[in-house]
Amino acid sequence: MTASVSLADLTAWLGAFRDLVTENRDYLTELDSAIGDADHGANMARGMGAVLDKLGQAEPAVTVDELFKGVGMTLVSSVGGASGPLYGTFFLRFGVAAGAVSELDGPALSSALAAGLGGVIARGKAEAGDKTMLDALAPALEAFDDALADGLPAAAAAAASAAAAGRDATLDLVARKGRASYLGERSAGHLDPGATSTAYLFEALAGVVA
Amino acid sequence: MKKLINSPDAVLADSLIGVAAAHPELRVDHSNRIIYRGEGTKTGKVALISGGGSGHEPLHGGFVGFGMLDAAISGEVFTSPTPDQIQEATKVADAGAGVLHIVKNYTGDVMNFDMAAELAGADTGVTVETVVTNDDVAVTDSTWTAGRRGVGVTVLLEKIAGAAAEEGRDLAAVAAIARSVNENGRSMGMALTSCTVPAAGKPTFDLPDNEMEIGVGIHGEPGRRRVALAPASDIAGMLVDPILADLDFTSGPTIVMLNGMGGSPLIELYLMYGEVARLLEAAGVTVGRSLVGNYITSLDMAGCSLTLLRADDEVLSLWDAPVNTAGLRWGM
Repeated sequence: MTASVSLADLTAWLGAFRDLVTENRDYLTELDSAIGDADHGANMARGMGAVLDKLGQAEPAVTVDELFKGVGMTLVSSVGGASGPLYGTFFLRFGVAAGAVSELDGPALSSALAAGLGGVIARGKAEAGDKTMLDALAPALEAFDDALADGLPAAAAAAASAAAAGRDATLDLVARKGRASYLGERSAGHLDPGATSTAYLFEALAGVVA
Repeated sequence: MKKLINSPDAVLADSLIGVAAAHPELRVDHSNRIIYRGEGTKTGKVALISGGGSGHEPLHGGFVGFGMLDAAISGEVFTSPTPDQIQEATKVADAGAGVLHIVKNYTGDVMNFDMAAELAGADTGVTVETVVTNDDVAVTDSTWTAGRRGVGVTVLLEKIAGAAAEEGRDLAAVAAIARSVNENGRSMGMALTSCTVPAAGKPTFDLPDNEMEIGVGIHGEPGRRRVALAPASDIAGMLVDPILADLDFTSGPTIVMLNGMGGSPLIELYLMYGEVARLLEAAGVTVGRSLVGNYITSLDMAGCSLTLLRADDEVLSLWDAPVNTAGLRWGM
């Protein structure tokens, strides 16, 4: 059973996330068309595409913090919108918390994810139930920690299920942050695009550490 | 989708090539997607910078030039520019007197300008002041939303604060007049159709022929409510009433902008202005200056927005000061 994730695993995670947002680019844009401004799919696909292109060109990172600082800065500088600073800050804080190591065990991965979550909250100032990516991210981390005693694959799988459930629960919520909040009550009845892309992030993680 | 484009991914880059070709008086940094005045910022003058997603033209690039902006930063269509683009423009446009960032209140714009100001302060030592516009009365300003959107007042602010900077006022004074313009301005918008984001390829939302959206922003997003299509005289009331209910405009002269969303012809915009002017007169509002046309648009959306700004003699004289940009030009 996997006891830790290596740099290669983490890079594979990023690649799997890129693949998911690219495959679902039109779907994410469709969700964003309903309550936002129809750019989430294009932005995430462009941003994660740039991340993987850059990883392919540069010398491989030797530490987790180096890897994720590069990922965060690439997202911040290639995406724009709200998702650039939010995902960028998530990966930047993830890297800083992980530190100059070459692999992460369960507790270390948990701390890095929690630091990423803290960054998203600081940047976006959203709270649970505001119909944002936080509604998938926060339950994912909670489930990850709860299942960690059963091993990393179980924790990652639990996080993926919780993120998906959190995403589904945004359907009925009224948005209180971001562009969807301008719709007021009319934002209910649609999945949140940011929570949907965050669910892909954990689906990708579960696939890699299975 | 029928558009005058080569490919959806190249719309912004190709359009900036056209801007550079049409306006030799401007300098376009194609790699950073920044439009500057050709001659740069005059030494000792406060630099005014704005930016945001593309698709709102002439805002912001069309307002770069004498009397208005020193630089405009373009993001992808409806997507805020990134912190490194904003930081670059800040560094280049600064002429020693500091830089005013003019930011429309949208989550992405505010976050990216925040990150840029953090980076610029630490990195370059340029003094930055920020004014965030939030004039849209369609949005309830409460802790339950991202706050009111920044829309039409941004155009008026760039003109008035630009004139103040041109007079040689310092950064604190230019920022103060900019904030005052924002506080005294209110807007309300409506849409007859959605718009088509090139990368999405189809209209952002469906709107039947017999309905319209009231309370829209400038990103093709649906409005606060959908109602049956009505005559222009009724639509004028739907724009004027919520603005007058939010702020008293009877105490002095008002600057009025009737703005097109990009897909409505001028003949309709003037017709709407006539209806608005009639309602304003009946409500005791004195129109000091007026502006009708496409100034802050939402791609090919049909519809319009109304912006009212409470003015005084100082603001009117800054409004009348010479301006020479692609999108606004008088007194030269």
